[in-house]
Amino acid sequence: MIDLMGFWLISLPGFAVPFALAAIGLILCERAGVLNLGAEGFMLMGALAGVGLTLNGTGAPVALMGGALAGVALSFVFALLAVGMRVNHVIAGLSMVFLAQALTSYIATSQRWTNNAFEGLRPVLYGQDAMVFLTPVLVLAVTWLLFHTRFGLALRAVGENPAAADAAGIDVTTMRFAAVLLGGALVGLAGAYLTVAVTQVWVDNVVGGRGWIAIALVIFARWYPWRALAGAVLFGGIEALIPRISAAGFDVPRYLMQATPYLATLGVMIWTAWRRPTSSAQPAALGRHHVREARG
Amino acid sequence: MGSMRMRGIDKSFGGFKALDKVDFEARPGEVHALLGENGAGKSTLMSVACGLYAPDSGEIEVDGRPVQIDGARRAVELGIGIVHQHSRLVEAFTVRDNLALFNPGRPVDDVMRDAQAAARDLGFEIAPGRLAGQLGVADQQRLEILKVIVSGARLVILDEPTAILSDAEGAMLMELVRRLAQSGRAVVLVTHKLHEALAHSDRITVMRGGKRVAEALPQDMTPQTLTHLIVGANVAEAFIPSGAVGAPVLWLENVFVPGEGRQRGLAGASLSLKAGEIYGVAGVSGNGQAELAAVICGIGTPTQGRIMMADRGDITHQGPADRRRQGLAAIPADRYRHALAGSASVADNFAVPGALAGAYGPWAWFNRGIMRRQTRDAIARNDVQGVRSTGQPASLLSGGNAQKLVIAREFQGKPRVVLAHSPSRGLDVRAAAAVHDRLRQARDAGAAVIVISEDLDEILLLSDRIGVLNAGRIAAEFDAPADRAAIGAAMVHHEHA
Repeated sequence: MIDLMGFWLISLPGFAVPFALAAIGLILCERAGVLNLGAEGFMLMGALAGVGLTLNGTGAPVALMGGALAGVALSFVFALLAVGMRVNHVIAGLSMVFLAQALTSYIATSQRWTNNAFEGLRPVLYGQDAMVFLTPVLVLAVTWLLFHTRFGLALRAVGENPAAADAAGIDVTTMRFAAVLLGGALVGLAGAYLTVAVTQVWVDNVVGGRGWIAIALVIFARWYPWRALAGAVLFGGIEALIPRISAAGFDVPRYLMQATPYLATLGVMIWTAWRRPTSSAQPAALGRHHVREARG
Repeated sequence: MGSMRMRGIDKSFGGFKALDKVDFEARPGEVHALLGENGAGKSTLMSVACGLYAPDSGEIEVDGRPVQIDGARRAVELGIGIVHQHSRLVEAFTVRDNLALFNPGRPVDDVMRDAQAAARDLGFEIAPGRLAGQLGVADQQRLEILKVIVSGARLVILDEPTAILSDAEGAMLMELVRRLAQSGRAVVLVTHKLHEALAHSDRITVMRGGKRVAEALPQDMTPQTLTHLIVGANVAEAFIPSGAVGAPVLWLENVFVPGEGRQRGLAGASLSLKAGEIYGVAGVSGNGQAELAAVICGIGTPTQGRIMMADRGDITHQGPADRRRQGLAAIPADRYRHALAGSASVADNFAVPGALAGAYGPWAWFNRGIMRRQTRDAIARNDVQGVRSTGQPASLLSGGNAQKLVIAREFQGKPRVVLAHSPSRGLDVRAAAAVHDRLRQARDAGAAVIVISEDLDEILLLSDRIGVLNAGRIAAEFDAPADRAAIGAAMVHHEHA
């Protein structure tokens, strides 16, 4: 039992970090009013970049940064669609997921990266790698950026009332682009961490729905980075429990166990909706385009 | 400092000429009223002045130097600030954050010190930590003015500032406007209320149909001459009383409906609509107008009270479809949102009720030929212009013609009750007169007509009987011809003031 607890605690951060990084990335993006359903796709791109770089011997830190850049690259396409060309945010986001699923699978197969295990990020302290310690710092940084800087003030204004931001001389399109790219870097980093530090191998769809859970986490966190970190620990804890319970020999149906994170997501969504039927936390202009010359 | 001169400003939207060679000048220390009806081009002109719209042609000078105002930021640099009709505050932000947002590049503490001082000069206080969304309408407006002044505006444009204020709040605002001018700033007061322009400005410019028709001093003008300028010479509409008022057709008994957000909703509204009579509902916006229109249509249910219909009994719990079957016709306030589907064709928009009633065949088959023929007939009968084909999207119609299409549809089956909410909003005088004529025709054909409008002139022009909606209930009723001043007093009377 003690062993069970100990192993669980040690493996928890590895599961929590991708959720936390992806969620704060999405918060950055959505606080500027851009609804981002493409997280699963950005994570896949980051994950693949991480694998490719590590297999080519760059070392883990470079691989992680490459993952972040891959996230930026795909979110640039997303921003072009959703912000630049004013495509419906939901459609643009979903198309990113399908694009990334097909593209990563193709690249991994053609480069023979699939099922090719490697040694990635190594632990530095208490069996944990450096990213585990860096993640709270990033959460702090995003909080600071959003709530204690002029850039953050302008970013949130764009998400709440683009017309007001426009009147204050803020370029709504530029600000939304910046938020999408910055957020995309963090979501890509989350994906890269998943392969470089946790799975240390590429299989198709390695992200396995974690991007979708991160989207639910953002709602649960009411668009606050610290709450997202707490939510990430909760969900990471649930995920970390699954292999431990099987390993300890408890006879629980395996597929039911694997469905637990999604059941928990559903539960959290219902709880959030029930607790606060009228969500005032959502950025008021989330998912809405800003067109100035439209006559009111 | 703070003078601005605009010369020959042109601006078109699509094919619509919103501004036609307009001249306008604002001088320091002066309150300049920009007067005109809805759609006259006042707001468009001011949007050009503050860099939100780029003019198609024309020149702008600020302090004697020619300038290009290509964006909101440039306008702020030039010392031009606008307070929009609808609040441009970020409601989820505090007062402090709203001020900071609008004054980038300066330490927030300096901004706040300036704001506190400016507020004191203008005679009010601010609470930096409160959320903008929690402030009352009047306080939000003062914050908007402050936001603009602290950013260094020497020219302050106020777009219809009293439209959403009570009388007392409006009077306080006018005092503030006077202080702004006394501090050496130029003030532009955009308004459609001629009494406001006459009482509170130093100079009046009148616009009509995108053109400047006059610039004059208030002491040289009377309400009559101004009306003539605003409305134009050739449309004289007069009140025509009902020939025969019949029995009550639909009545509300002590109806309560909760309001949304800051709206008051209905709180014990009772009124009775009679056949062959136009009942006008006057009142300041936000006193329950939207909720009254909704409960009559059958959208939403009252929490208390009943809605009765002659020989149908209690219809409180009937939905819109049932009520329409019983002869209710509705002309909603926002015709593009609640009356027409803009991307659907003119024929589809016209034929919805007929299609639902099975006039074009069974449920699985439409006879489009009959549908188009009926639409063409109705368009001709109702003088809907600008329809090149019945297949063209309804959104291409101008405001007046769109309204005529709505009326053509709603009046096709001889309605018993007609609800018209702000039926002439955004229409020019001629189109408004045509709409009013159709309402009178419906009345003369025996319908009970209710007109809800924030435009008191429209109410006086149409109504055989007038009810004043104040704080969610009918506070007073008047028979035509009614005393305008008495109605005005009932509109703004506060029981708990």
